[in-house]
Amino acid sequence: MRWPSRAAEGVRAYRLIAGMWIRSTMTYRASFALTVCGNLVLTGLDFVAILLMFSQVDALGGWTLPEVALLYGLSVTAFGIAHLAFGSMASLGGRVRDGSFDTLLVRPAPVLAQVAADRFALRRLGRGVQGAGVLGWALVAADVDWTVAKVLLVPLTLVCGAVIFGSLFVAGGAFQFLAQDAAEVQNAFTYGGTTLLQYPPTVFGRDLVRGVTFVLPLAFVNWVPAAHLLGRPYPLGLPDGAAFAAPLVALVCAVPAGAVWRIGLRSYRSTGS
Amino acid sequence: MADAFIELDRIEKVFEVRRKTGFLKRERRRVRAVDSLSFRVERGEMVGYIGPNGAGKSTTVKMLTGILTPSAGRLRVAGIDPSRERTRLAHRMGVVFGQRTTLWWDLPLIDSYKLMHRMYRIPDARYRENLDRLVELLGLGELLDVPVRQLSLGQRMRGDIAAALLHDPEVLYLDEPTIGLDVISKTRVREFLRQLNTERATTVLLTTHDLQDIEQLCSRVMVIDHGRLVYDGALAGLHEVGESERTLVVDLERELPPIDAPAPARVVRVEGPRQWLAFPASESAAGLVARIAARYPLVDLSVREPDIEAVIAKMLRGTGDVPEPPPDRDASPVTEPS
Amino acid sequence: MGSWRVYPAVAAGAFRRYATYRAATAAGVFTNTVFGLILVYTYLALWEARPGLGGYDQAQAVTYVWLGQALLAMLAVQGGGFETELMERIRTGEIAVDLYRPVDLQLWWLANDVGRAVFQLLGRGVVPFLFGALFFPAALPGEAAVWGAFLVSLLLAVLVSFAIRYLFALSVFWLLDGQGVAQAVMVTGVFCSGMTLPLNAFPGGLGEVVRALPWAAQLQVPADVLMGETAVPAAYLFQAAWAVALLAAGRLVQSAATRRVVVQGG
Repeated sequence: MRWPSRAAEGVRAYRLIAGMWIRSTMTYRASFALTVCGNLVLTGLDFVAILLMFSQVDALGGWTLPEVALLYGLSVTAFGIAHLAFGSMASLGGRVRDGSFDTLLVRPAPVLAQVAADRFALRRLGRGVQGAGVLGWALVAADVDWTVAKVLLVPLTLVCGAVIFGSLFVAGGAFQFLAQDAAEVQNAFTYGGTTLLQYPPTVFGRDLVRGVTFVLPLAFVNWVPAAHLLGRPYPLGLPDGAAFAAPLVALVCAVPAGAVWRIGLRSYRSTGS
Repeated sequence: MADAFIELDRIEKVFEVRRKTGFLKRERRRVRAVDSLSFRVERGEMVGYIGPNGAGKSTTVKMLTGILTPSAGRLRVAGIDPSRERTRLAHRMGVVFGQRTTLWWDLPLIDSYKLMHRMYRIPDARYRENLDRLVELLGLGELLDVPVRQLSLGQRMRGDIAAALLHDPEVLYLDEPTIGLDVISKTRVREFLRQLNTERATTVLLTTHDLQDIEQLCSRVMVIDHGRLVYDGALAGLHEVGESERTLVVDLERELPPIDAPAPARVVRVEGPRQWLAFPASESAAGLVARIAARYPLVDLSVREPDIEAVIAKMLRGTGDVPEPPPDRDASPVTEPS
Repeated sequence: MGSWRVYPAVAAGAFRRYATYRAATAAGVFTNTVFGLILVYTYLALWEARPGLGGYDQAQAVTYVWLGQALLAMLAVQGGGFETELMERIRTGEIAVDLYRPVDLQLWWLANDVGRAVFQLLGRGVVPFLFGALFFPAALPGEAAVWGAFLVSLLLAVLVSFAIRYLFALSVFWLLDGQGVAQAVMVTGVFCSGMTLPLNAFPGGLGEVVRALPWAAQLQVPADVLMGETAVPAAYLFQAAWAVALLAAGRLVQSAATRRVVVQGG
């Protein structure tokens, strides 16, 4: 099958399966409401920690509270979207271990879509909603010299950020074909990544920033575009339009992630483990 | 020769197993799960596929369904190479994993069928027709609106079988379809499968531990052991080769010395007032029962069918373990079906 | 009451069970180290902007981060210890079987959790801590006596951590659903233990409250004992008082729950 039609097949299967999980969840309405609230509170604690820090200082690494909130909002909203869509990749190892992964391979739908939609949890909306709330406040409170390009940069950044995080989830899922018990390694990159990006790049060592910009380009989720929005110099002195290169960076993440997934799946089908 | 519906030609599957041999040392070992396996199944056949645990049964089925890629050999199902065209084949096959339901646990049964309808892109009219027929034949009418978690094991199995057949597959793979079911459910499932096979000519491959499944459904049995086909033919032949025995369980009024039974029947176990007698599966139990009843104080009796593992074990012992494959074997079965 | 020898056996069993998950342990060490790195840099920035915050200098703040990452799994700050299993047994009703066993329910689970905690300390705690001590400024004591005092404080922390989660888990007898409870364990654990920010650095009234709550006995108090920021007897008293109070409360709730099970007939 050619690529576009396969992608369409995947989206279709994803919607079908996710829909079933949503209806399953809705059979326990009270529990669902409770876990959504719990999710809001739990993910919001990260921002509370930032607020607590700013109750003691006026700036962190030279960035003020609204500026850090902008970083936080962009990072958490993008992560929230990716986590909602691909968060289930983390349970792939369990499915491989208990053998139920095989049931996905006998269905006429792309396996990646089936795994990503597996146990689709609407409660994960809590994180994105909370992040979007902080982002909304930050966009108003931060000192931004708004232009049309800057306005457009915000949604563009969110979408590309979600793709970058989504690629991490997919690559992490593929890794579990090799090491079924090592799902937590993925957390270091996904949760670790979104936590890292909540703080200004000026806080971190130069090598770390370089790695996060050029090797694993998480910096395009928020550091680079936020620096552009706020008119701050990016610590590594990137060229002017760098913030608008996010789609390119997202592509550079998504393509290898897809390749790694195919390699992982092929290795599973030839080894059965 | 006309193309068979399922065709395996010298199929091999080699796994690399890493075993712990010390605190940090790992030993790599190659395990041949399926070893030069060749057989053909014609369209509309119903075949029992049996063997001890770890013999290579489920590996074979996984290759047939496109889950696993063979290490070597040629494999075709309906003319399709399963590992290359997994999704195309998926539209033409149905799979039921006995102990693993594919139904949606918290939703009414009908919701799972609606998903199949859309996922397999079954035309509306055909979906409705198939659903009506399956609901009637499998007695699912009152269960459609019941959440799957509330169904009994037997009801769920019937539900799973219906789910696997909504898209009119040409071949159905069943893995232990009667495991854990009560007698009535077993009968119902078997009755349905027979009808499916005769009326719609669906090819069925059945793996099971229940010899009665095979006895009542399959004209042909394939036995696999150590990844090789060791028997392919009628069930009766298997009994002969394996000299299979049934067991008569006798409850006496009190503890007594072992019953003096006419050969070849013999007591194999005594536990208080209960005794176990083995006798050839090909003989009727009636004579033996009459003889014991006349001479011993009987409380209760029951006959146990031969266990599939026992039959296979005996057969393997009888034929001197795994037979060496003939030097230049073609794709034909080891034993021609009778 | 069963023989006392059963409890060490239970603890050893739990230790071995966790020891079999090598890949998961390695993955956990890696993740703890990465999170430690991120936190260390933010703390360095925070303490640079506000030297002496919470009474710590930069080296102490960094040591606090690595201690937190080292103890995170051991103290099951985010949950995921014995309580997951206990809640599941309560939810499915299998707990009724446990109640008829000739062992003490609370002690049995405590032994189980101690076995797990010891493994997590060795398996998941030591490496990130050493990594931090090697590559970042550290405020570690030279005297063995302080390390000894720290270990005792850790033991008390394990007791308090167990007692908190035991109470949470028993609540499932009344709430019937463990998911919300697991979330509550996580929220309170992460926030009130000082995993995100040392409790010493919490501002004003909020700081006073969190420093008095039992969660303070988990990370903050052992950290202060190790870095000589508190009088050891007072620290022990604080931890022991909470341990005794919460374990006793656990007993009370347990007997109420037992009556409930017996009345319902299991």
